[in-house]
Amino acid sequence: MKKLIASAAIALMGLAGTAMAEEYPERPILMMVSYGAGGATDFQARIVTMTAGNEDALGMPIAIINKPGAGGRVGWNWFATQADPDGYTLAAYNVPHFIAQSIKGGVSYSADSFEPIANWGADPAVFVVAADSPFNSMADVVAHAKENPGKLTFSGAGLFVGHHIAALQIEKAAGVKMAYIPTKGGGAAAMKAVIAGEVMGGINNLSDAFRAQEAGSVKILGVADLHRSDFLPDVPTMQEQGLDVDNSSVNFRGVMVPKGTPQEVIDELAATVPEMFANPRVAKKMQAGGSPMHIMTRDEVKEMWAAREQTLKELLAGL
Amino acid sequence: MDFIFYFGDVFSPLSFLLLLGGTIGGLILGATPGLSPTMAVALLIPFTFHLEAVQGLILLGAAYTSTVAGGAVSAILLKIPGAPANIATTLDGHKMAKQGKGAKALQLSFLASAVGGIFGVLLLIFLTPVLAQWALAFGPSHLFWLAILGVTVIGSLDSASVVKGLLSGCIGLWLATIGFDDIMGAQRFIFHPSLGGGINIIAALIGLFAIPQVLTMFAKGRRASGAEVIEVQKHSVLDATKELLRRPRALGIGTITGSIIGLIPGVGGQIAGLVAYDQTKKFSSEKEKFGQGHSEGVIAAESANNAMVGPSLVPLLTLSIPGSPTAAVLLGGLLIHGIFPGSDLFDNHPDVAWTFINSMLVGQVLMCLFGLYVAGLAARVAQVPQSVMAAIVLALSVFGAYSVQSSMGDVYVMACLGIGMYFLERFGFSAAPLVLGLILGPIAESNFIQGGMIADATVGKASYFLSGGLNIFLIAVVVASIAYSAWMELRTRRHTTKEEAQA
Repeated sequence: MKKLIASAAIALMGLAGTAMAEEYPERPILMMVSYGAGGATDFQARIVTMTAGNEDALGMPIAIINKPGAGGRVGWNWFATQADPDGYTLAAYNVPHFIAQSIKGGVSYSADSFEPIANWGADPAVFVVAADSPFNSMADVVAHAKENPGKLTFSGAGLFVGHHIAALQIEKAAGVKMAYIPTKGGGAAAMKAVIAGEVMGGINNLSDAFRAQEAGSVKILGVADLHRSDFLPDVPTMQEQGLDVDNSSVNFRGVMVPKGTPQEVIDELAATVPEMFANPRVAKKMQAGGSPMHIMTRDEVKEMWAAREQTLKELLAGL
Repeated sequence: MDFIFYFGDVFSPLSFLLLLGGTIGGLILGATPGLSPTMAVALLIPFTFHLEAVQGLILLGAAYTSTVAGGAVSAILLKIPGAPANIATTLDGHKMAKQGKGAKALQLSFLASAVGGIFGVLLLIFLTPVLAQWALAFGPSHLFWLAILGVTVIGSLDSASVVKGLLSGCIGLWLATIGFDDIMGAQRFIFHPSLGGGINIIAALIGLFAIPQVLTMFAKGRRASGAEVIEVQKHSVLDATKELLRRPRALGIGTITGSIIGLIPGVGGQIAGLVAYDQTKKFSSEKEKFGQGHSEGVIAAESANNAMVGPSLVPLLTLSIPGSPTAAVLLGGLLIHGIFPGSDLFDNHPDVAWTFINSMLVGQVLMCLFGLYVAGLAARVAQVPQSVMAAIVLALSVFGAYSVQSSMGDVYVMACLGIGMYFLERFGFSAAPLVLGLILGPIAESNFIQGGMIADATVGKASYFLSGGLNIFLIAVVVASIAYSAWMELRTRRHTTKEEAQA
């Protein structure tokens, strides 16, 4: 009897599986954001998924749920261990954050726990100083750090996040020791420390720094990316200023599903989601909010994750 | 005087409709345990996608204003603060409700909220550039001392004995260490994945205040089914206004403390009510009445938590730095329309900026009017039988705790803390100092670590934390606060011991 029930259950599950692949998605989809409502990731996730209900996209709306805490660890732990791999629970990822956290340990996920779908944005880290700071280029910063080893204070949003990676890379590239001050409360608190003069400089998100520069409170000295940003055509990259810093610290944001999601569902999402991101209405809203877009397909994201894991392992090995 | 020019925009039909909707909706959301102002505003953001920038912000501004005040309803009638800002309101407000003065307490709280709120928004209108400098003056060392100042309040808050107050404060401080430490990423006391993010303050608030209430109600309900929860005597608004005017000291201290503390990024509204309550108590000529259902307690707490609304937006509007979680959500609401807070906002979109600020001003008045109406209805709410009320509150508590971050883990945390608190209350401990410990712990700790790291790289810890005008001023206040408490304790020692024996 037990066997009969078991086989019936398996048969039913099989049925459900095929039915799902044909009609996916047949109900609204959840997307978990592991940062609080109103943060940059949450805000962008809401914009890029706003057209999900259109016929040419998924045909079903995507609802955002927030599971903030411990720099994103709470949400991603939940996603890796408790989310159903049925295609109705998506999550937003932040690279390098979750990869760096998995290398550091103490979490129940790694890059292998998730399947990427598509990338929507890339927010590079930038070096900012207060508007009245004597520093006007990265060379000034490095020179000061060389004369005062370990005494140049600069803020960033915590340890093992993009800002911290950028800080480590800058220190390594310039061969100097500086005092990285992680703040609690994310990029906003780190930016406040710079504007208020509590620290001499800081690493922050390009989008937030751009706004603060518009408000006249900071100067942006360098972008930690391979190319200049469209938002800041006049600000040189770190490499242009002789610091060998690549795009490892760029905060890539995109969509992923848990490992074990049916391949058909992944394929369906991987085909539709990048087009959904490319919707001109989305682009307009993102542009207006000062959020740089960077659409990447599933294969490109896979490659980027692997490359990031490699670099981060080397960079964090000494810590 | 730009703001007067844009007043007309608030009263255009659609804008005013949104303002009304936001105010009434905000009052209801605020009165629901667990729905904090931050959540209410976050819930409304998707609606603003389809509105003009000005109209979207009117909706958000009105909702922010009225959820803060709405939290007083559940704080007074049920002893469940809607948000951390309303904790101090429970201390005297609920006692008043128990004495049958629920309507009076509600009227006073809405009137005081309106006075504080309007003062706060006027500060935002006239003194924004000056205030922005103030907001920046508080660095890690100052925030550390401010948190320590809060700790000195713990002992004397709502407890029969200072020792018991301090003990529950310590439990709160310990609970605050649970989870991933935000600065260093170290793991502390995480025995279950749902504790990874630490104890969520809203879930804890609901558990510590609501669950013991529910358990008590069930216990009583068994003995006398159908008994009224509390009796509410009718009270005229005119009398409430007169009462408010008779207490200018509580109103003044509440409003000014709330405005100053609201301004400080990262501390914000969570402790404004408590600090104002404590200060008012210390300066009052009727100290012994506090905690027994004294109107000054309600007035101070509620005027403070609404006074903080306006100044809390100063860092966001001028420097583009969100100083509180709610401000962070509002920032999202601005960005979605392509408006950057800062000089861009006031120079290029003055219509948006001033209409938003004006709507908060008008919103305060509307909130007060509707609140007074709600106060009239309070008598009906209170006629619900104990057992039914307990079930409703329990359902709301579970819903509230779950909705904070869509997590069952928070519901378990709420239940455990609640059951623990039920037994602690039987031993004479109270929830307010415990929550204060939970709020202040992380502020003191993270600012000490961060300040320490800056100090080590620059001038050294001693001179970083102990020198500078603002540091010395704050340390002096801390010392005065401790000395005052010690003196009061010594003076009333015999009296306290007797009370303890009874408890």
